[in-house]
Amino acid sequence: MLEFIKQPWAWYVAGALIGLTVPTLLILGNKTFGISSSLRHICAACFPSNISYFKYNWKKEAWNLFFVAGVLIGAFIASTFLKDPNGFVVAEKTKTALQQNNVNDFAHIAPTDIFSWESILTLRGFIFIVVGGFLVGFGTRYAGGCTSGHSIMGLSNLQIPSLIATICFMAGGIFVTWFVLPLILNF
Amino acid sequence: MAKNSSTQEVSDEFKSVTETNSTNEFSLAKNLKFLLVGVFFGIVFVKAEIISWFRIQEMFRFHSFHMYGVIGTAVVVGVISVFIIKRFKIKTISGDEIKIEPKTFNKGQIYGGLLFGFGWALTGACPGPLFAQIGSGLTVVIVTFLSAVFGTWMYGYLKDKLPH
Repeated sequence: MLEFIKQPWAWYVAGALIGLTVPTLLILGNKTFGISSSLRHICAACFPSNISYFKYNWKKEAWNLFFVAGVLIGAFIASTFLKDPNGFVVAEKTKTALQQNNVNDFAHIAPTDIFSWESILTLRGFIFIVVGGFLVGFGTRYAGGCTSGHSIMGLSNLQIPSLIATICFMAGGIFVTWFVLPLILNF
Repeated sequence: MAKNSSTQEVSDEFKSVTETNSTNEFSLAKNLKFLLVGVFFGIVFVKAEIISWFRIQEMFRFHSFHMYGVIGTAVVVGVISVFIIKRFKIKTISGDEIKIEPKTFNKGQIYGGLLFGFGWALTGACPGPLFAQIGSGLTVVIVTFLSAVFGTWMYGYLKDKLPH
């Protein structure tokens, strides 16, 4: 059984389990699935700075902070005790494309030649880690949600704005991957 | 559902007790269930390799079906679940009517959506996987996370000046 769980889970298993988070949160307490709002609650709790966007009773949304804390703990459990001994396989075409752009580590969840403490001070590392993070935080709030709030929760409720947001997430990601990454990977 | 209505009285009583204690929104007892859903979710994230920067690269390069399969299945299951909840008027465990706020369109979904897309391709993570990557021991992502918090703060600061 444990051996079975340790294998990478198929897309339809993972997808179904993620989809079931939607009714689970609704039934447990009328909560709509969404992760990026946790970043807003953290701002509201720690640095409200008299900004109207952060003046609300964030304590009422405490469940969301517990939820993301759980994600962190769950990831720790899975990567410590349920680790797949075989490592994972990157699609051959992606591997080749990245190798041509100076990415050489394929053994971790992210290439450590970009994502490491040492590389933050390089231009390349700074763009991926710091600028990338900023865009994730800024963009998700501007869009009013992320992959969970729009692409999964919003689409589950057949919301057109969420479909528009999802199309833009994908368009932005495809644009950067195809046209910007080849430039900055070679910095 | 029948079972639900028979416990209605008890759960309402329980609710009034918890409501008077609502000053303590941070009680673990009240939030334990959400923490556990999060734990489960974090395990799924890792085991389905959604937290991998490479899986996101494969998706944007159209080199693998994996992420499309994950998100597609999640949406299908979500749509069916929400349909069932609405059709059968399923209530929460404390007996409340389930309400989902509709989203309203504004241009932020386009501009913000594109900006998040840029960040998603760089970091290889949307906000959920950021937490999961840190939990998996990729500690440098703490910086990405702090930067995302700063980005969120910056949005709040600039909100009224941005086109919506």
